[in-house]
Amino acid sequence: MNDRMKAWWRSGSPWIWLNAAAVSASLVMVIGLLILTAYNGLGHFWPHAVWQFDYRAPGDSQVTRLLGEVTDTEETTVERMQHAGVELPDDIGETLDRFLLKTGNRDVSGLDFRWILEPLIVERGKPRKLVVFERTEWGNFYGFLKDIKQDGNVVTEGEAAWMELQSRLEHVGKLRKQIRRIEKGDIGAVNYSIEQLRLDRRRLELDGDDTPDRLAELQRRRDALQADFVVLQQKLDAKYREMAGDSVTMTVMGGRDVDIPLSRIVRAYRPNDMGLLQKAGFYLSKLWEFVSADPREANTEGGIFPAIFGTVMMVMLMSVIVTPFGVVAAVYLREYAKQGPLTRLIRIAVNNLAGVPSIVYGVFGLGFFVYLLGGNIDQLFYPEALPAPTFGTPGLMWASLTLALLTLPVVIVATEEGLTRIPSSIREGSLALGATKAETLWRTVLPMASPAMMTGLILAVARAAGEVAPLMLVGVVKLAPSLPLDGNSPFLHLDRKFMHLGFHIYDVGFQSPNVEAARPLVYATALLLVLVILVLNLAAISIRNRLRERYRELEQ
Amino acid sequence: MTPSASDESYKSSAHFRLRLLKDRIARYAVAAGGNGVIVAILLIFFYLLYVVLPLGRSPEMWQEAQFALDIDAPVEYLAMEEQAEIGMVLDRSGRVRFIATADGSLVREIRLPLPEGVTVDSFSSARPNSGVVALGLSNGQALVFRHTYKVTFPNDTRLIAPDIEFPLGEALVDVDPRGQALKRMAIQAGDSYTLVGWSEDGTLSLLKAGASESLFAEEGNFEFTHSNTQTDQNAIVALMVDPTQSALYVVGEDGTLAWYDIDTDAEIQLHEQIIATPPGVKVVDVDLLAAGTSIMVASDDGRINQWFSVRGDDGVHHLTLIRSFEAPQDVTRIVPEFSRKGFLVADNSGAVGVYHATAHKLLMRQPVAESGIRQLAIGPRAHALLALDNTGTLHFWRIENEHPEVSWKALWSKVWYEGYDKPAYIWQSSSADNTFEPKLSLTPLTFGTLKAAFYAMLFAIPLAILGAIFTAYFMAPKMRQIVKPSIEIMEAMPTVILGFLAGLWLAPLVESHLSGIFLLFLLLPFMVMTAAYGWHLLPSAVRQRIPDGWEAALLIPVVMLTVWLTLAVSPALEHLLFGGDLPRWLDSHGIGFDQRNSLVVGLAMGFAVIPTIFSIAEDAIFAVPKHLTNGSLALGATPWQTLVRVVLLTASPGLFSAIMMGVGRAVGETMIVLMATGNTPVMDMSIFQGMRTLSANIAVEMPESEVDSTHYRVLFLAALVLFIFTFVFNTGAELIRQRLRGKYSSL
Repeated sequence: MNDRMKAWWRSGSPWIWLNAAAVSASLVMVIGLLILTAYNGLGHFWPHAVWQFDYRAPGDSQVTRLLGEVTDTEETTVERMQHAGVELPDDIGETLDRFLLKTGNRDVSGLDFRWILEPLIVERGKPRKLVVFERTEWGNFYGFLKDIKQDGNVVTEGEAAWMELQSRLEHVGKLRKQIRRIEKGDIGAVNYSIEQLRLDRRRLELDGDDTPDRLAELQRRRDALQADFVVLQQKLDAKYREMAGDSVTMTVMGGRDVDIPLSRIVRAYRPNDMGLLQKAGFYLSKLWEFVSADPREANTEGGIFPAIFGTVMMVMLMSVIVTPFGVVAAVYLREYAKQGPLTRLIRIAVNNLAGVPSIVYGVFGLGFFVYLLGGNIDQLFYPEALPAPTFGTPGLMWASLTLALLTLPVVIVATEEGLTRIPSSIREGSLALGATKAETLWRTVLPMASPAMMTGLILAVARAAGEVAPLMLVGVVKLAPSLPLDGNSPFLHLDRKFMHLGFHIYDVGFQSPNVEAARPLVYATALLLVLVILVLNLAAISIRNRLRERYRELEQ
Repeated sequence: MTPSASDESYKSSAHFRLRLLKDRIARYAVAAGGNGVIVAILLIFFYLLYVVLPLGRSPEMWQEAQFALDIDAPVEYLAMEEQAEIGMVLDRSGRVRFIATADGSLVREIRLPLPEGVTVDSFSSARPNSGVVALGLSNGQALVFRHTYKVTFPNDTRLIAPDIEFPLGEALVDVDPRGQALKRMAIQAGDSYTLVGWSEDGTLSLLKAGASESLFAEEGNFEFTHSNTQTDQNAIVALMVDPTQSALYVVGEDGTLAWYDIDTDAEIQLHEQIIATPPGVKVVDVDLLAAGTSIMVASDDGRINQWFSVRGDDGVHHLTLIRSFEAPQDVTRIVPEFSRKGFLVADNSGAVGVYHATAHKLLMRQPVAESGIRQLAIGPRAHALLALDNTGTLHFWRIENEHPEVSWKALWSKVWYEGYDKPAYIWQSSSADNTFEPKLSLTPLTFGTLKAAFYAMLFAIPLAILGAIFTAYFMAPKMRQIVKPSIEIMEAMPTVILGFLAGLWLAPLVESHLSGIFLLFLLLPFMVMTAAYGWHLLPSAVRQRIPDGWEAALLIPVVMLTVWLTLAVSPALEHLLFGGDLPRWLDSHGIGFDQRNSLVVGLAMGFAVIPTIFSIAEDAIFAVPKHLTNGSLALGATPWQTLVRVVLLTASPGLFSAIMMGVGRAVGETMIVLMATGNTPVMDMSIFQGMRTLSANIAVEMPESEVDSTHYRVLFLAALVLFIFTFVFNTGAELIRQRLRGKYSSL
């Protein structure tokens, strides 16, 4: 036995296994990370059971009733708890489980998460009648439905109230949508036009063209817009009044009754009473809300649509900029420039730029694009808005340009690789038939290299979509008041700041006042980002592989 | 389209010429575009350099005007307003003249209300930006006034109207109630006023004027408190009260420096008295630097010494010599800047030296006048100076001195900052106070960067290199096709996600299962070996079901099991060995524990650089020519021997280049360190402490930095350092790889 072990040891086989373990560990980490993100991100939208615990808090003789979702479970030692100042009975043992309970009702009880210790739970259950509200403010609400009031008078009570609540909520939801349309769309447009008129006026003053009749014309248009505004405001007020009347009375965990206006409730459901199908439907609707709605409550609830939109806009603009320049640079390096030490040097430089920290690009973008270029553009073209900067401040255009610069090496390298793989016989054939170099390039070489360019572009997009550090300096904000693309001319607002998925993760996860509540949403956002980037990368890899196959055939 | 039968005629046709033209245009367009892109890339470097370079520029001075001043009484004080358009000249006869600095024309003249029969014996000014000055009189009284400038814009042109106010009222205040002449005096102004006078009999008289607290008192009513003490110093050069009005410094010509404590009840008490100069050396002039913490003492041995109070080992503050500057021996005046730690030094040859205390540097010396300078004033923005020479000529000079606080020493060496016990490396770029001393040492940030990279590499190198060895050399080709891309895809993983997971998931996990994490690192190799030996002992029928090269797949469950096991036993282990709470146990053994620490950063950033290293190392090993390994195997070496003695040796430059690329990536990584550490710029190698890196620092501070300020440029410098560092590392790695490629092809 011992000899066998010695022989095994001497064969070097254990070291091979150790090397194999490094691969296994790396794989476990990659897959574990994906599963972790997916589990936490996707799980959030599922209607989780809401527990009712009768709980004797440490150092408290009274048993209190707690309602809430268990969001985290952890095993810990008694000593850690005691060091944290928790008084525990003696007979608990050495380790114990504790649950992180999301109790919601932040407006009622002040805090919406608390840790509870498993051994101190007296009784637990999942009451079927328990209602969960998602609200526009103050986060989730847990309680039992008592009655529904209209203008302070009770309309229905008991079980019937649940059905009534659903139909009334539907009506409120419609009203909310209309209000949103008026506020964001119509009033937004009027405000935008009024601001434009102010700038027009200022411009006339600056140019010395502010003749009385021109000013009167501006004033007339302004008055017309003001009149529109008043009409819209009245319409809006009417809707708000219509919404304000209904309220619902809920019994919360202390036995107290709380009135909640229906206008504050986004969604009401009874998770413990839902069937699997219902839950699945609920899940899909939540998922849809996540990708299509605006954020609520300082980004900790609601959707991430503006962030998705901002990311897509920025990446598209960046692609438009980076593709031609990257391809031209690659064509120059491969087809036109004389191969020698200089091109070799340039190639090394280009390669290394891919390794320059992205924050350096951000610093460059801020200094050169925003302050230098932007500042001068403002002086030349937007003097009427000064001292408020138009392009002299971080914005969509500068972010796209900065990222274009950042991803330029990716496109150059990929395109050059594609060009290198095209057999020279093809070029020679074309030239021999009398085509000029430009024609050869345009008709044969570039079409053949187009998948390589595509690969480069996809990799660039994947890189840009995940990049955050430079964007923090050149244009991303936590909450943009309006999208960079809207119905107000000139429709695409390159000077606007925008939201971004990656920055959203950083901001909500680390700058948010209520990190605990925001965490599931951050996981979901992270998952979305990971998926986008994985898909893009897989696409690039598969295009590249197919391309290689094709050239291999050509060469044979 | 086809060329016609006659080639010649086609070649002269318009169509052909058009094609040639197009070809030429394409050539130029592509060349222009390609060169443009390359220029754009160079632009990054040069633009960073362009922003950074002014940091090293020495100041400039040029004369704007020079005019004679008619003098009937000795001039006591010169000052300028914010724009340096109007200067103030105060002389002993009590005449205040406001003159235009551009041509010397008189803007306004005011006679101070001095009583008959008294003479002005001494003079003092409070914090320069308060504009408050006091004249000490021969009857023991003082006149306090403030010079103010009202700026209006009639017809869009700037108009500055100078004026004089009397904050304590037009009446004189009694500083020395006995009526002795005030030979020296000091004033300090704020919500309350402190005046100190010294008379030749050695009495220091203190007067505190506090705003009246009576409810019915009118605005501007003051309550006065008197006290006095005796001093044995004689030939006093100056008295100074610090801006908080809690300390009085008395400097004698013989170098005695006394520090008195003044409390709110105007009690005065000697704190300590020291000798600030070598024997026989005389003090020429003294002044307080901006914020009033540092005392600058100029002496006739050609030195200017900076002193401030430092807490000693006995817990008491003592005046301590901080640093010393070379100066001419015939210094006449020291004039501090208003808000920075710079100061001007005038001498009897007519030259002015520009110094900066924190940077410990004489920035420039410039002859300003032909004869010795008697009085000197600096503009509030430190961009102009006004000097009066012995012949009565006023010289008005402009100064351009944007970044005096930056020097090689200030950026990279230990600096003794005001209020600190000893010299230290500190990064603290901003504060609410505008007389704050910026602490711009890049050392802690560079240290943090390297520390983060070090822990990341500690984790990443073994995993990546060992993994690359196995993947390239032992792994079954089928499995390699899956494994390689999936590890490479990790590289595209947005670091913000890794940072988020590190900060919000891993950091709490590490804190609550600290012993489990360490156990995992110890136990994993052991568990792997055990599993491998167990596999070896299995009957060969079972073993042959799975071909060679799939070991990594077999080990996945083992790794997962080990992870689960170590985390599961962690609470019990901590209970057994560390009193149930390892972080607390560490704390009690003098090892501080931060939740977001280097261990977390190392794990997360290690994860981020594994694919970089893995991918390059794997390529290098895989590219080792097969005939080398075949030869070795044929000679009877085991696969492991072949690997160690042949493959790794051949591929070692490639592995080195992979590690360099990994370091390059770890050094520049921003989001992970930003999110997974506490971002405190400490210099501590402990794995349980956080750090602040250059890149995270840029991300945090750049958005708030004022354009073209010193802070802004220093942040650009940090970016430039990162740029050069990664560029050098990547180029090195690339050159090594190219050479390796050449070597393989020749083998």
